[in-house]
This record gives sequence, C-alpha cells and structure tokens, in this order.
Amino acid sequence: MAKTLFEKVWQQHVVSENDDGSVLLYIDRQLVHEVTSPQAFEGLRIAGRKPWRISASVATPDHNVPTTGLEHGITDPVAKTQVEALDSNCEEFGITEFKMGDIRQGIVHVVGPEQGLVLPGMTVVCGDSHTSTHGALAAIAMGIGTSEVEHVLATQTLIQKKPKVMRINVDGDLPEGITGKDVALYIIGEIGTAGGTGFAIEFAGSAIRQLSMEGRMSLCNMTIEAGARCGMVAVDDVTIDYVKGRPFSPTGEVWDKSEAAWRELHSDDDAVFDQEVHLNAADIVPQVSWGTSPEMVVSITGSTPNLNDAKDEVQREGWTRAFEYMGLKENTPMQDISVDKVFIGSCTNARIEDFRAAAAIAKGYKVAGNIKLAMVVPGSGLVKAQAEAEGLDKIFMDAGFEWRAPGCSMCLAMNADRLDAGERCASTSNRNFEGRQGAGGRTHLVSPAMAAAAAIKGHFVDIRDWKKAGE
Amino acid sequence: MQAFTKLDGLVVPLDRANVDTDAIIPKQFLKSIKRTGYGPFLFDEWRYEDVGQPEMDCTNRPIRKDFVLNQPRYQGAQIMLARENFGCGSSREHAPWAIVDYGVSCVIAPSFADIFYNNCFKNGILPVVLSDTEMDMLFAETEADEGYALSVDLAAQTVTTPSGQVFNFEVDDFRKHCLINGLDDIGLTLQQADKIKAYEATRKTDAPWLFS
Repeated sequence: MAKTLFEKVWQQHVVSENDDGSVLLYIDRQLVHEVTSPQAFEGLRIAGRKPWRISASVATPDHNVPTTGLEHGITDPVAKTQVEALDSNCEEFGITEFKMGDIRQGIVHVVGPEQGLVLPGMTVVCGDSHTSTHGALAAIAMGIGTSEVEHVLATQTLIQKKPKVMRINVDGDLPEGITGKDVALYIIGEIGTAGGTGFAIEFAGSAIRQLSMEGRMSLCNMTIEAGARCGMVAVDDVTIDYVKGRPFSPTGEVWDKSEAAWRELHSDDDAVFDQEVHLNAADIVPQVSWGTSPEMVVSITGSTPNLNDAKDEVQREGWTRAFEYMGLKENTPMQDISVDKVFIGSCTNARIEDFRAAAAIAKGYKVAGNIKLAMVVPGSGLVKAQAEAEGLDKIFMDAGFEWRAPGCSMCLAMNADRLDAGERCASTSNRNFEGRQGAGGRTHLVSPAMAAAAAIKGHFVDIRDWKKAGE
Repeated sequence: MQAFTKLDGLVVPLDRANVDTDAIIPKQFLKSIKRTGYGPFLFDEWRYEDVGQPEMDCTNRPIRKDFVLNQPRYQGAQIMLARENFGCGSSREHAPWAIVDYGVSCVIAPSFADIFYNNCFKNGILPVVLSDTEMDMLFAETEADEGYALSVDLAAQTVTTPSGQVFNFEVDDFRKHCLINGLDDIGLTLQQADKIKAYEATRKTDAPWLFS
C-alpha cells in the first residue's frame, strides 16, 4: 500500500500497539538542554532509574548562556545553577555534553544536525517545541514536556497516538529574496496558528525542493507555530549532501547502506493524506509579523489589518489586544514602522546561510541612528567560526552590529539579552508573543535579510528593492 | 502523580484565544530546577503591574485588578474556562506545573495545543474539550452567576452545570486510566522492557547507523 513519508518513518519505530490505538514509539535520538531536563534527571534519581541507552542522548546548554563577557562565566546565580545542574547530571548519568567553551556548544537545534546527530528517518525528541526543526532531514522530530523527557531517558520510548498527516505543497519557483522563513510565515498566515493542530505536516512541492537544508530547517522549525508538533521534508540530494561527512554521520559500508535506506524516505506517488494544501511560490513576498501571534503576519508591501476584516468576534478581540500591545493602529503600512532593536539569531535563523544573507545586505552600510542595539548571535561555536573565516563578523561589526557568542539569546530572553518595555524589535526568531523577548517588548518576525535591512534603514523595507552599498 | 477522579469546583473564565505558555509562565521562572513553587507566578505579566522574578515574595506586589484571576469572586477557583488553542507555543511543562500549583486541576476549552494537552495528563490536570457553543454558554453563566461551580467527572466523562445540564467529553482510554489512578507511565512502559529490547536487536541489524 502506498505510504506517506510520515507513515514510513512512524511504522519503522513502532515497538508495540496498545488497545486504544496508541503505540509505544522508539526514540532514536534525544537532545537535551538545561531548562527542561533538571526535573527529569531528578525524577530518575528519585525512582532509582538509569537511562535506557546513554548514547542516544546528547546535551548542550543554550537557553541561559550569556552571549557576551564569557570570561566572567554566568553572572546570574539562578541561571548558573541550572547550567551547572546540566553539567553534573550529564556527568552522573554518562551523557555526552558539549559544554560552554566547547566549540560544538550552541543552540540544540543548530548543533544536532551540524554534528550529524540527527539523521534521516530518525525519531528525534527534545524538551523544546522547536524540535520540529529536525524534520528538515526527514526525521519525525517532536517537542515534548519534561515528564516525557524523563520517560524517554528511562525507556527510550514514548507513548504516542498517530497524528493525522497534512501535506502542504508550495509549487513554482521561489522568487528572488524569498527564504524558508518567509515561506514559514506565509504558510502560518494562510492556515493559522492552530491550522496544524493534531497533524504532522509534510512540506512538498518544487519551491520546497529549491530550499537549502538551512532553509528547510527554518521552515520545519516554525511548524509548531502552525500548531503541528512535527514537520518533514523528503530526502533528496540536498539532504544526502548535507549529512555526508559530519562528525556523527555513518561512514564506509554503513554509509552506503544508510544512504540506500534514506533514498526511500519520500511519500509514495499515490499516498493519501488526511488534508492537502496547495500554495503558489510566486505569491510569496517578504513577510513581517505585525501582532502578537505568528499568524498575525502580512507582506512587506502590505499594512496592518482593518478590524472590520476580522472573521469573527474572537479574532477581532485578538487583533484589538494586539494593536494595543504593539502600539500600532489599523491600516498602517509595514514600511512606515520603525524599530529600536534588531536581533539576528535563534534556532530559526542562526545558521551560516542566514548570516551570509544578512551580511550581503549590511555590507558597506551603517546601522541607522535610531537603532539602540543590533545584534547577531550565531547558532553554534562552529557557525561562529565559519562566519569569521568568511569575514562576515567584520562586515557586521563595521556596520555597527554586535557580534556575539552562541546561544538562544533574545529569542526568549532568558539571559541578559532582552527588550525593555515598549521597545520594538525586528527579529529573526519564531515567536512574537506578548513579553516573549522581554516584558512589554514588541516583536516583529522577519527573515535575516529583512532584519539586516531594517537595522540599516531604521524601519522595515522591502529587500527586493535593496541596492548594495556603492551601487 | 496526583490522581483526578471527580472535581466540584469554582470556575474562573479566561476569555482569550491562543493563550500561549509564555503568558502562562514567563521565561524568567524557567530557571528553577524544581517542579513546584510556580503558582504565585501563573500569568505573571497579566496578573501583576511589576515584572516578577523567581523566588520573590508576591504578597505585596501591585496587582492588575481587572485581570480575572485577581477578582475576589474567582479566588479559590479550581476549574478554568479558556478559548481555542489554549497552551500554544513553548513545550515548557512549567505551564501545567504553574496551573496545578495555583490550585486549578481542570481546564475546559474548545481546543488545546498538542504538547500542552499532553503535559496536563502528566501532572494531574484534566484538559476537557467542549464545543464552541457549549463554551459560550459556560462563559456566559460563569460571568452572570457569582460562585458558579461545575462538577467534572472523569470516570463518566461529564461536565455538569449547577442547573443540571450535562456535557459529555472525549478522552483517550489510556490517559484516563493513568489519570484516574495517578499512575506513573514510566513504570507501565518498563513492563514492556522485553519488547523494547527485541525491537532494538532487530534495528541494530537493519539500521546500524542509528546505534553508533
């Protein structure tokens, strides 16, 4: 029988089926960070349990780590305790950890694929909703809560009910300047933040195949913002080329065997989906969010909405609250909105391609006078080193951006990088919720090139019209 | 885990759609390495005028009087009404930890985000899904009638209003079984240890790259 990509990977991981239709699903890889794991390790200790398969888990601190002044260590004592707890838990239970100071340390969703710890066809979990990122490699990758982190540590499995499967087809050629981030925001604008609830999503179509691995990761990363726990892209040459030669990737005969198996990881031609969505790549222009939910997003050529266009009373109230929180009015052209801070980073957009795109915009320019802070935060020590080898750090610093050390940083503002109340930010992160980047902070989600352009001009602009410095 | 069987409790109405877990418990409280103590910081930014910090004493903090949790008539609520897509965003289990620590052990909404829904069952919270029409009625009655309480019966899968109207809800058998009995599902899964080992043995041959 014809199968979807999701069904193929799912069926390979079913250990047993329960009477109510749920299954015991085997988990190949668990990524661990400091925020959602201490209570899980404590649970193991209290119950006298050991991890089922130690080599399946790999850890790195990311949420709490400072991105500047690393020579002083973590100055926030509560954050320090949490990172130290990760160190001691990993040591006690024998789990591999890329600690602060290790060049491999960084945002867990950047580090996993970069190290070859995530491979096609795997089941991958992490106590973090953006685990969906790894679906770019045709893995079933899901965010879980801390109780499930403990369950996976203790049993290497999860009790799961099979979700429905939706295929989102983006057909046609991606227009110049349109990135995986724009595709993600456009899709969420179309289907809404609950559009994918109860589904696993497969992204397909010629525009998706044109995306680089980094672009596919940005797209799958934001699947959770559409309500779906996991998003996937089928294996093709882009996938295979990306995986080959990474530190934890297979080699030799095992590589040949694995590549042959991975080449099967695509939906069969006549596979049937529970829902299909068709979108045209040609319709996608650079996206900017205007409100406090990722579905409150418009094209850079557009304006904030008119309340009379709300589909119902609940949406109207949501928009009204969002306007008030964001300090914006109806029908405001997006290009008229000025920003105070710019953040280029996060598990959505802190990979080398993201920095190349942002640097291409910033090169030869200076950050506008109204910008209080423009910061670039690499996703890992290795991304940072690569960017520096290419001279991107110098381009950013010459333009007036700060070049920081790797971590989650101002995506969720657990460390010192945050917005003050009322500050407006062009951010390449994934959530524009109230208070996400700091209490009272106002977030606009954009691609790295759009964020860099907003830093240079001081307000949002359409990067399709961008002129390189000196032109 | 605390079992959930039947609950007769005061109801608090949170009339907002797409309430995210960042709103339920803001990031600064995620630095704790404990499972308890989050209740005073539930909905911190909506509840207080200042910005809360971990372990601070909340008794004298300035409160936002118009926020529903601060209204005298809803003090002691054990059941919360919410709108669509409740608990969206971050997977942080600190959100259900904060809700249960505050004293609420049942949330009723037209829909929940998947990860949050799942996390509730691990923490003795029953998430109940009712239709939009039923929710509209419950919101209207709660707001009209001070002291409005509901009776939630997990075994019977019913929500009963003070006037005796009964709404049925769905819940997976396995989750229901674990919640009613307060069971640790790790212990249950480990009863299948032999099956997990057998699965691994097969996969080590078929897909050795997964075990390097």
